[in-house]
Amino acid sequence: MKHTIKELEDIASQVRRDIVRMVHGCQSGHPGGSLGCADFMTALYFEVMNHNTDFNMDGKGEDLFFLSNGHISPVFYSVLARSGYFDVAELATFRKLNSRLQGHPTTHEHLPGIRIASGSLGQGFSVAIGAALAKKLNKDSSLVYTLHGDGELQEGQNWEAIMFAPFNKVDNLISTIDYNGQQIDGPTEKVLSLDNLQAKFEAFGWHVITSDGNDMDNIVKALHYAKSLTGKGRPILNLMSTQMGYGVDYMVGSHKWHGTAPNDAQLESALGQISSSLSDY
Amino acid sequence: MKKYTYTEKKDTRSGFGAGLHEAGKRNENVVALCADLKGSLKMDDFANEFPDRYIQVGIAEANMIGMAAGLTIGGKIPFTGTFANFSTGRVYDQIRQSVAYSNKNVKICASHAGLTLGEDGATHQILEDIGLMKMLPGMTVINPCDYNQTKAATLAILDYEGPVYLRFGRPSVPIFTPADQDFQIGKAWMVNEGKDVTIIATGHMVWKAIEAGEELEKLGIDAEIINIHTIKPLDEEAILKSVQKTGCVVTAEEHNKFGGLGESVARLLSTQFPAPQEFVAVNDSFGESGTPDELMTKYGLDTVNIVEAAQAVLKRKK
Repeated sequence: MKHTIKELEDIASQVRRDIVRMVHGCQSGHPGGSLGCADFMTALYFEVMNHNTDFNMDGKGEDLFFLSNGHISPVFYSVLARSGYFDVAELATFRKLNSRLQGHPTTHEHLPGIRIASGSLGQGFSVAIGAALAKKLNKDSSLVYTLHGDGELQEGQNWEAIMFAPFNKVDNLISTIDYNGQQIDGPTEKVLSLDNLQAKFEAFGWHVITSDGNDMDNIVKALHYAKSLTGKGRPILNLMSTQMGYGVDYMVGSHKWHGTAPNDAQLESALGQISSSLSDY
Repeated sequence: MKKYTYTEKKDTRSGFGAGLHEAGKRNENVVALCADLKGSLKMDDFANEFPDRYIQVGIAEANMIGMAAGLTIGGKIPFTGTFANFSTGRVYDQIRQSVAYSNKNVKICASHAGLTLGEDGATHQILEDIGLMKMLPGMTVINPCDYNQTKAATLAILDYEGPVYLRFGRPSVPIFTPADQDFQIGKAWMVNEGKDVTIIATGHMVWKAIEAGEELEKLGIDAEIINIHTIKPLDEEAILKSVQKTGCVVTAEEHNKFGGLGESVARLLSTQFPAPQEFVAVNDSFGESGTPDELMTKYGLDTVNIVEAAQAVLKRKK
């Protein structure tokens, strides 16, 4: 372990503060999914991945991460800044004119840590599989990680990629689904049910594991276990249960905070619930 | 009129296949992806010689474009292969976000463009692809005219860093450009120097423009003919220089008149040197089943249409 679980929890707490402050600062953006994935993203960047903050696009010899559900950019930007890709002060520019921190992540502004634009949903699996194939061609034994929303799986392109990866033995890929059961118009069960996701991925040939994405100890263990499953001929799918808005009581579990920014009073309430372990940007 | 002859006809897609094979030999980072159309795209030689670098994606074009974008991360140079319709319209958002906006070094190679696909009909005959691709910021759009030029273009885009749309076709057409040509992206190719009217053609229409030039010569009209193989970036200097000399222009393309080469030329001229222009292009229509020749005649893309357009535009010239 590079960090103790407590240390990771503290970092995740600071990431949560960053998220609500960023979204409040521009009065737009997506706090719900960002808060739900703060523990996972912290675990990935501070504990699990072997990565180099001296960024280069090709990422040879290091693990790569692709965010498919680009709307949770606040958590991505915060974790990148907190792990050293760029100055945390830049988080204050989120979604503002001339910022490198666009509403959805992009390579266009050359922000270190971003390797593909995402926002239009359903494209991350394909991109990650391509990058994983490049690693194999380069005889590079490092891994590719991804994160996807659950509602995002309603996009058809996913299933083209989900079919491709096991057939082609893309076994250097660990994909995580943010299984929070919420999307913009309501619970996924009401909008378009995902039904039994585990059975679906298994039927396509993935090795599926489950985890609790809001339990740091559990998610770290799950990701280490996922790593141990790589190189065995199958891609790994981490079906990670989370709560949208986790960490802020009035946001938890509700799709209403998918894409809504807190007002001043709500921000104060949120920050009162999340301790600052490092320091605010 | 400079004399152009040919001893052989061949499909431009075979030029792509030969170019891809050669590209694979020259650079070990070249990777080819195909959506269940290996034979149609003439990718067999590459696939046979470099099986590790050939990726059969199945009938899943969106995934193919996304994977191609991902392959560039790690230094690969992916060439995707499917029909023009499935290379563009079907995957526009994937190209837009994962390739163009992300500025990935992906080569989107598209066969069976336009009416000359023939009997399969309108579902497969895309006439909107140039427009779709040229509207994407940073996208290079290339439509070569014969086998040799398509092969040369395929090798030229290997050495160019950035997203490219390479458009070619199915029918056998005369080979009239040299095998050893120096293909320069964005550089117009002067086919024939003339003084009365400029004919700007792309793809399969370049040979028809040559035939039209010969017909016009018999009528005493001295046509300047320019092969615009690169629609974006457009060789504005060459076009302006020519139209400043001739004072009028005909554009010819196997594409809808909306969104194609003709509109790019019109935009340039309207801002820099307004001049009468006639469009030889499909008149905002889908295609249909038929032989390539029948279709080119029915939809107004024959040699005679270029001749008539030249005569019409000359009447409008001041």
